[in-house]
Amino acid sequence: MDLILSALEVLARWDVAVALLAGSVGGVLIGAIPGVGPAVAIAILLPATFSLDPIVGLTVLLGIYGSSMYGGAIPAILINTPGTAVNALTTYDGFPMTTRGEARRALSLAYSASFFGGIVSVVALILFAPVLARIAPMFGSREIFLAALLGIILVVIAHRGQTLIAAALASFGIFLNTVGLEPVKYTRRYTFEQSWLAGGIDLIVVVLGLFALSQAFLLLTGEDEKIRMTRLRGGLFQGFRELARHPRVASVSSGFGVMMGMIPGVGEFTAQFLGYTYAQKTSRRPEDFGHGSSEGLIASETANNAVPAAAMVPLLALGIPGEALTAMMLSVFYVHNVVPGPGLFLYQMDFVVALYLALLILNVLVLAFLLGATNQLIKVVKIPNRFLGVCILTLSFVGVYSLRNSATDCAIAAAFGIFGFILKRLFLPIVPIILGMVLGGIMEVKLRSSMNRVKEPLDFIDRPVAFILFCMIVIILALHIRRVWLDARLRKEARWRVAHRATRFGGHLHRRRELIEAKRAKDLRARRAILPRPEKAGD
Amino acid sequence: MRYEDDPTTPKGVPRRGQMLFASVFGAFAVFLAVSYPGQTAWVEKTKTAAQPGFWPLIGVGGMVLFTGLHILRLNSRRLRRPDWAEGRRWTGALEFCVWFLAYVFLVPVIGYVFASALFVPALTWRMGYRSGFMLWVSLGFALAVVVVFKAFLEVKIPGGAFYDYFPAALRSFFILNL
Repeated sequence: MDLILSALEVLARWDVAVALLAGSVGGVLIGAIPGVGPAVAIAILLPATFSLDPIVGLTVLLGIYGSSMYGGAIPAILINTPGTAVNALTTYDGFPMTTRGEARRALSLAYSASFFGGIVSVVALILFAPVLARIAPMFGSREIFLAALLGIILVVIAHRGQTLIAAALASFGIFLNTVGLEPVKYTRRYTFEQSWLAGGIDLIVVVLGLFALSQAFLLLTGEDEKIRMTRLRGGLFQGFRELARHPRVASVSSGFGVMMGMIPGVGEFTAQFLGYTYAQKTSRRPEDFGHGSSEGLIASETANNAVPAAAMVPLLALGIPGEALTAMMLSVFYVHNVVPGPGLFLYQMDFVVALYLALLILNVLVLAFLLGATNQLIKVVKIPNRFLGVCILTLSFVGVYSLRNSATDCAIAAAFGIFGFILKRLFLPIVPIILGMVLGGIMEVKLRSSMNRVKEPLDFIDRPVAFILFCMIVIILALHIRRVWLDARLRKEARWRVAHRATRFGGHLHRRRELIEAKRAKDLRARRAILPRPEKAGD
Repeated sequence: MRYEDDPTTPKGVPRRGQMLFASVFGAFAVFLAVSYPGQTAWVEKTKTAAQPGFWPLIGVGGMVLFTGLHILRLNSRRLRRPDWAEGRRWTGALEFCVWFLAYVFLVPVIGYVFASALFVPALTWRMGYRSGFMLWVSLGFALAVVVVFKAFLEVKIPGGAFYDYFPAALRSFFILNL
C-alpha cells in the first residue's frame, strides 16, 4: 500500500497529467489513422521527450503505445484496414459485423475487450511486482547476456518463413552497433577514415529512418484509397454487457497477452494468435470465427491490449527490450541516466509502480475519450494517404534534426528510410535490425564483464538462472531445427506434387512450342556466330 | 517450384525484388567481410570476447552466412524482369529523399518556420492536392508543427541565417520560438 501511495505521489504532477492526456488522445488518433502507427509516432516524438522528466517522457510514449491499439480497432472494424499492424486479426470478425450493420456493436465490444485486457495486465503486473523485485537481483551480467541472446533468437525465429533473412538483418543491426570508436580499447571499427562515422550510428537516427521516413516514402509513392464510411448511431456501452457473457475467453486471452508480452521478442501477434485459437477451439460456434464472431473479436482485442504493460517487464527488470517500441523507450532511460535493470526494481520500485499506475489511468482515459468522441474520431480515417506522407516527412525532420542539428544525421536517416522502404515493399522484417542494434550493444558489454569471472566455458552457466536461460535457448533452437526439418519435408512434398501435377493438353502444346523455338534460336545463333563453336567430345 | 507453390513461404510476401534485394545486401555483406581486416583491430593479451573486433565479426559473419543461406533458400535465384521493375520502383522514393534533404538544407538558411511554410505546401502541391483548401490545410499544419515543437516542446532547432536581417527584438523572438 505504501508503495502505491508513493507511486501516486510520483504521478501527482500537472505535467504528468498533461502527458497522460496527450499520450492517450494522441495514441488513439495515431492508431485510428491507417498508415501511421505507434512506431512512427514514438520515433518522431522520441527526441522531443529527451528534454522532459523521465516519468513525463515515458508516460507520453507509453500512452501512445498503450492506446494506439484502441484506435487501431476503429478502421479495422469500419473499413477492413487495421489502424496498427496488431489489429489485423480484428478485421476478421470486426468487419463482417460492420457489413451486417453491427458496426456500433463491434466497436463497443472492441473497446470493452481492449479495456479489460489493459486493466487485467496492469493489475496482474502490479501484484507481480514484488515477485519480480525478488527475481531481478538474481540477474547478473551473464544472465542478462543470455536473456538478450534468448530475445534475439526469439525475434529471429518468430518470423516464420523468413528466419534466414531476419537473422541476416539482426546481424546487420549488431554490426551497426559496432560502427565507430570502441569504448574500451579505443580502436576504430568500420569508420573508413570518415569523421562522421567515428561517433557511431545513432539508434534514434536509424529508428526514424526505418520507421518514420520509410513510411512517408511508402505513402508518398502509393495511391490514395477511396474510403466509404459507415455512420454510427446510438451509444457504445453495450459491449460491456456482451463481454461479461464471455469471461473465460477474455481472461484466458489477456493471460496469453501478459505471458507473451513478458517474453522478449514474442509480443502481440503470438498472444493474439494463441488467444484467438483458444477461443475458436473452445467455442460452441467455431464456424462463426472469421465471419463476425463476438468471441473472436474479444480474444484478439484483449490479447493485444494486455501486451504493452507486460512488455515493460523485461525492459524495466532486466533492461532488455522485447520489441521495437520498448527498444525506443530504452533510449529515454539512457538519456536521463536512469539505468533499467535489477537496480531499478530494488531502489526505485515506486517509479516502476508509477509507470504501471500511469498505464492504468491511461486505459480509463482512453475508454472515456472513445465512448464520447468516436463519431468525431472516425473522420481522421479519411485523411488522404499521400498527404499523411507529407505530414510524416515534415515531422520526421523534427525528430532527426533536433538530435544534434546535424545534416549528416538527416542524410543517414534518409538512407535508412530508403532501406526501410525497400524492406516494407518486400514485406521483410524491420524489427530484427533495431533489436540487433540494442541487444547487440547489451550483449557486448555484458559478455565482456561476465568473462572476467569465467575460467572454463561451463562456469558461464553454473548459476541457476543462467542454467535455466541456457536450457531455454537450447530447447528453442532444437524446436526450431525440428520446424526447419518439417518445412523442408513440406517443400519436398510440394515439389513432388508440382512435378506430378496433371497438365492440360494446351499446356503440353505450349511447352512443345517453347522447346522448338528455343532449339531454332540456338541453331540460328550457332549459324551466325563469328567463331565456330567447339564440337563436343561425343559429336 | 514456383513461389506460390511453396507451402512454407509466408502469404502475401511478393516474389518480385526478393532476389535483387538479397543480391545487393549479400554484396554489401561481402564488402564488409573483405574490409574486416583493415577496419577492426585485435589487441594483444585480451580475451576473444573482449576483443574490439569480436562483435563486428559476429555481425558481419552473420550477415554473410545468413544472406548466403537465404539466397540458396530462395525459389528463384535468377534476376528476372519483375525484379528490375521493382528496383525501378525503389528509385522512385529517391525523389522524396531529395525533397527531405532540400528541407534539411533550407532550415538553417531561411529559418524553420519559413522553410516549413514553403516545404509543406510545395510538397502537397507536388502530390497533386491543388485545391485552395488542401494548400491552406498544409500551411496550417506546417505552422502548427513549428509552434508545437519549437515554441512549446522547445526542441533544439537553430534559427535561420535569414533572421539576422530582422530587428533585434523580432530576431530573438524568431530564434527562440520559430
